[in-house]
Amino acid sequence: MRLACSIAIRFLKSGKGQTILIALGIAIGVSVQIFIGLLITGLQQSLIDKTIGRSPQITVTAKEDGKTIPDAGALAAKIQGYGDEIVAAEPASDGSAFLSFSDKTDPILFRGMDLAASDQILRIGEGIYEGRLPNADDEILVGKDLAEKLALSSGDTVKIAIPYGTEKEYKVSGLYDLKVASINSSWIIGTLSATQAFFDYGSGVTSIGIKVKTPFEADNTATKLSSYIGDGNLTFTDWKTQNEQLLSGLNGQSISSIMIQVFVLVSVVLGIASVLAITVMQKSKQVGILKAMGITDRISSLVFLFQGLFLGLLGAVLGVLLGVGLCVMFVTFARNPDGTALIAISVDYGFIALSAGIAVLAAIVASLIPARKSSQLNPIEVIRNG
Amino acid sequence: MAEIVRLQNINKIYGDKIRTQVLFDINLSFEEGTFNSIIGASGSGKSTLLNILGTLDQPTTGDILIRGVRTSDMKRKQIARFRNETIGFIFQFHYLLPEFTALENVLMPTRIQNGKVTDAEKARAKELLDVVGLSGVMNNLSVNMSGGQQQRAAIARALMNRPPIILADEPTGNLDSVSTESIYKLLRQVNRETGTTFIVITHDSRIAEKADRIVEIKDGRIGLDLKN
Repeated sequence: MRLACSIAIRFLKSGKGQTILIALGIAIGVSVQIFIGLLITGLQQSLIDKTIGRSPQITVTAKEDGKTIPDAGALAAKIQGYGDEIVAAEPASDGSAFLSFSDKTDPILFRGMDLAASDQILRIGEGIYEGRLPNADDEILVGKDLAEKLALSSGDTVKIAIPYGTEKEYKVSGLYDLKVASINSSWIIGTLSATQAFFDYGSGVTSIGIKVKTPFEADNTATKLSSYIGDGNLTFTDWKTQNEQLLSGLNGQSISSIMIQVFVLVSVVLGIASVLAITVMQKSKQVGILKAMGITDRISSLVFLFQGLFLGLLGAVLGVLLGVGLCVMFVTFARNPDGTALIAISVDYGFIALSAGIAVLAAIVASLIPARKSSQLNPIEVIRNG
Repeated sequence: MAEIVRLQNINKIYGDKIRTQVLFDINLSFEEGTFNSIIGASGSGKSTLLNILGTLDQPTTGDILIRGVRTSDMKRKQIARFRNETIGFIFQFHYLLPEFTALENVLMPTRIQNGKVTDAEKARAKELLDVVGLSGVMNNLSVNMSGGQQQRAAIARALMNRPPIILADEPTGNLDSVSTESIYKLLRQVNRETGTTFIVITHDSRIAEKADRIVEIKDGRIGLDLKN
């Protein structure tokens, strides 16, 4: 074993140029794999974040149209009690209305939430760029797009009305920007009790939004949660059923990314196998001499397996450095006009280790053919042919 | 003296479609501790005979007995071990491992045998290199040595595991006459001091004449068998 190992190292050292070339080949394969893998994951993550990041992954509503959920506080607490999978359960009550300021009127969604207790889904607090959260029933937040359209600023007083119904004046306590135009231009955020009173819901809410730990399990969690709560008057809707098109797009992307990675892997394996096969030819004289001196077939094949292993290790280390370097460069140089990264790539150590591991394994597999050749080599062929 | 190697009815045929018979019914044995030379024209089959003797090649029919053991009964792994412990080879084209130094080359048979090298074995390798006059270049890679130096290193390597038999195929074939003389003297000295059996193929009549026995191979058969 040690002999095979030291002969392998000596062979690799004696052909430094060739060794570096193969290791670079493996390294480029590994780095492409890491870069593409992390990029696609980052891309999907940011896409999902942008699409569903600020909306609940499961929404509980009353089964019957127009009805509200009574006793929302107790229900939210019960949902929280389901287990660790539930990150947050936030009751909200909303309804459509019109907002008027000076002489302009716009349709809006007036949404009331218990902002002081929990703001983990919409994270409106993070989006406030002027003023503060509403802390009284007559205060509201207005989105950036609507505020610009109506030339509003915090401190102004606006009127919210339902046609042929309630009409009330509110003070703008602050402006928010959630980077989502549809929310920014139509959502008016107030306290829970403000909307309950405005829409005459009493103590009921229109929905309970739930944030879960693993968004991609939301459909299963919704089913389980529904039977856990066991209330026939409620409907549990998950984001996956509502975003099937997005999901199939992401799925296609994942598959194409895996395809690319598999082909990179195949080309790396073929490259190593062919170069190592040539090495056996180059070293056949040495293998023949060693066999004449009494080296066993097993050790002579181990020499080439070790060469594969060392090349794989060297290539994997270089590849990880190169791949992470590429990611860092991408994050540093590919930027939005506002200076934020185009795609946030997060370093997934597990994935990097997996890519490196696969490369080492591939190198060993690729060295099986030359190892077999070396094992079968008959010393007489070398001795006879000089 | 005891018999160390015996060849029984050895035939060797190359090729399947066009069959070329190289050796015809060879019966030959060598005694322990002797210095034997094999001569013959090129293509006469003497190298094939030596390779069969050294278990590197297999006869088409016939048996080789080395110290009474039939080599055709052995598995590949056993043969490898047997070769390592029993036979030292010296080839015409030196055949040192170019990736290793002279000292490492000499130590290789020991490493193959035990997997590691003890200090005593290292000292022996240095001593052997000293005997063949290479102590000055023992840390040179073999590619950085002259032909004569490489051949002498190969001799030291063949002696390393103290094999009872040394097979040499024109060990001085491409060396000048001064080197030839000194290498022959060295082989003869080892033969006398350690009782190692030598079977040496040579073209050089001066060397052949000094051997204990001369066997001439002619067209795949034994032509002459002279004992001095």
